[in-house]
Amino acid sequence: MKPTDLQTHIAAAKRREALFAALGLVALMIGILTFATLFADMAWKGLGRLDVDFFTHFPSRRASHAGILSAWVGSTLVMLVTAFFAVPLGVAAGIYLEEYSRKNWITDLIEINITNLAGVPSIVYGLLALGLFVYQFGFGQSILSAGLTLALLILPVVIVATREAIRAIPQVIREGSYALGATRWQTVRYHILPYSSAGILTGVIIGMARAIGETAPIITIGALTFIAFLPPSPVKAEPPFFSVDWLFSPFTVMPIQMFNWTSRPEAAFQVNAAAAGFVLVLMTLAMNGLAIWLRYRLRKRIKW
Amino acid sequence: MAALVSVFTTVGIVYILVRESVLFFQHVPIGDFLTDRQWTPLFDDAHFGIVALLSGTATSSAVALAIAIPLGTVVAIYLSEFAPFRLREVAKPFLELLGGVPTIVYGYFALLFVTPLLQRIYPELPGFNLLSAGIVMGIMIIPYVSSISEDAMRAVPMSLREGSYAMGATRLQTALRVVVPAAFSGLASAYILGISRAVGETMILAVAAGMQPNLTFNPLEPAATITAYIVQVALGDLPHGSVGYQTIFAAGLTLMVFTLACNVMGHFLRKRFREAY
Amino acid sequence: MSAPETFMEQKTALAAKAEVHNLDFYYGDFRALKSIEMTVYERQVTALIGPSGCGKSTFLRCFNRMHDLYPGNRYDGRILLQPDNSNLLAPQVDPIEVRMRIGMVFQKPNPFPKSIFENVAYGLRVRGEGSRRRIEEKVEQSLQDAALWDEVKDRLHQPAYNLSGGQQQRLCIARALATDPELLLFDEPTSALDPIATTSIEELIHDLKERVTILIVTHNMQQAARVSDFTAYMYLGELIEFGVTDELFIKPKKKRTEDYITGRFG
Repeated sequence: MKPTDLQTHIAAAKRREALFAALGLVALMIGILTFATLFADMAWKGLGRLDVDFFTHFPSRRASHAGILSAWVGSTLVMLVTAFFAVPLGVAAGIYLEEYSRKNWITDLIEINITNLAGVPSIVYGLLALGLFVYQFGFGQSILSAGLTLALLILPVVIVATREAIRAIPQVIREGSYALGATRWQTVRYHILPYSSAGILTGVIIGMARAIGETAPIITIGALTFIAFLPPSPVKAEPPFFSVDWLFSPFTVMPIQMFNWTSRPEAAFQVNAAAAGFVLVLMTLAMNGLAIWLRYRLRKRIKW
Repeated sequence: MAALVSVFTTVGIVYILVRESVLFFQHVPIGDFLTDRQWTPLFDDAHFGIVALLSGTATSSAVALAIAIPLGTVVAIYLSEFAPFRLREVAKPFLELLGGVPTIVYGYFALLFVTPLLQRIYPELPGFNLLSAGIVMGIMIIPYVSSISEDAMRAVPMSLREGSYAMGATRLQTALRVVVPAAFSGLASAYILGISRAVGETMILAVAAGMQPNLTFNPLEPAATITAYIVQVALGDLPHGSVGYQTIFAAGLTLMVFTLACNVMGHFLRKRFREAY
Repeated sequence: MSAPETFMEQKTALAAKAEVHNLDFYYGDFRALKSIEMTVYERQVTALIGPSGCGKSTFLRCFNRMHDLYPGNRYDGRILLQPDNSNLLAPQVDPIEVRMRIGMVFQKPNPFPKSIFENVAYGLRVRGEGSRRRIEEKVEQSLQDAALWDEVKDRLHQPAYNLSGGQQQRLCIARALATDPELLLFDEPTSALDPIATTSIEELIHDLKERVTILIVTHNMQQAARVSDFTAYMYLGELIEFGVTDELFIKPKKKRTEDYITGRFG
């Protein structure tokens, strides 16, 4: 090939390369643009609706009076139950798998299992909850059922995050502890847990962010979409001062409230939906952002 | 002890789905289930052909994957082979955020923003349609596809790339002719997991595609997917133990079988590409 | 070896293929190569030897601008490629053009995840060669030159990964030859191979020098003595001594060279 042929060929190849780089950037932008549009659209339509009334009113047939009180209270209570189950179980499972278990087929089975569960569609968890928690165990269509369902849903997330955080701890630290005569549990309690806690926290936050936004499983177990009352308070005036009635009460959550309003044809309700959506996105953004920032800080600070 | 909870969960899921489905199939022969073309289990003249729901799922997933797979792959190639380090550090968390938006919000977006937008181009588009839902779903899945694909490509050793550059290849040529083929099993795993995600998605479709079962492969029509159907039934009031109640478990079982198969395949492919290097 | 007896005869009989003038190289702030001045003679084998970390691979990779792939590197000085006297290191010169004239064989064989045929054809395809017939001819020619043809001619379309280590390395050599390079760089090509494969590669190098100039980095002194016409001894980024191989090994001019060769340090 003559030199000039070669040069034209190289020039053409470089043009194609520049084109592809542009294409890559565009593809990246599509995602970013969609998100920005989504956020802006909801802010535009919903921001005006956000006032104190919105947060303190129950849903109502009159759009201008409707609010998300029952929804966000419900979400908070459900999250409490979810965290109550998911965190200890998930962290314990993670610790067990990393520090205690041996490499046998049972462990393999459990690991495959966890990976599978991470990929199961959320609505299937809802079906499980319906059949099992609501009817078989008799918990009813309640906050308890919802919390348990979501706990199971985010369990793989917590377990994986725990395992990764634990794996990041170098072996020498464990060896140092054992060499001083500590038992396995002591090593876990005084070394492993403290050092991995930030990583675990990141995973828990991500899991909770996911749980807040889940709609399908909660609908399936029968959360109602028009609730004009709050679950009974856990604190009572007379002894025994603490009640668990609230666990078994009917309820609703934020995403379901949004779903309900979105499904109504009247424009006023759609404004409410936008407002609710805006709040939801803000919450999940804040939680995910917090988790990402935590992870970044963690990477910078830990210098083994 | 605690790890066994996960086993319990799987067992629980399988148990419930199978038990209710068994009851369902006592009423409805499996042949009908697979071949009937209508899905109207709640009518007096009940039909139980799951194909009607499958077509909704298949069409919407096809639209979504037609967006997510090409764009996800391009983004992955760009981030892995082209983008400067700083850009990659910013883009990756951002894509994660994109995947963290609640799906009901995406559903809202599809119904009340994308559909009107599309209606300006094509005015006969019905208010509920599979196209808007599919498009939004596709964009939502891009981060899943791109992050696994990118991991796969980064796992390809630098020595292979150097061999290509030493021959006078450009970055694009190296990326397309050497890195992508080398990362193939990882890419396949990313695509399969994307499929699984698309099939299992519920809210975007329940909100934007309507809940009317409709045997069609035309994305310009409304239709119900397997997942949307389950939501529709759950919203209503079905007596526990009725055939209608059992239908959602049969539907769920179908869904579960498919996504499980996808996830297992994707998992093994992922293990393979990790071991290859 | 067919190298002429004395160095003086050298200089008049041979043409220069590449001239290195005052070459410095920086990894960030670290000066890895210091004022290197050397000539690579046409159709001769030049070996670069020296202890680990002396900069011989770094020097080799300057010839085909491999360092451009990683950020933070800087060249200073000139490498003039003959016959057109162009400076390979000039910023205006596209590294892709450089790499199309200069080939490289790496320490660990790195065949692409493709068939044997496609591996050898890669350089041609990247250049935009469209004619199927020309590609087939070139592939066969290169595999013959690399002494691999007879072993693979019946399985050209099978994956390259099925070959043994020595065969893979010969495949990489064939791949580099397919584009008719003017200069062929070898970066410790046999350090990952067994002795039998090593011998076959060394014989190949001996045959190849009839047609292409070869620059080879090796940490194995005996290999340098076996294979090369000229040898350059490097230490800590500097070129200590350069000369006809036989002379350098029998009667080195510098003490430091002698210390290395006699094994006083390694």
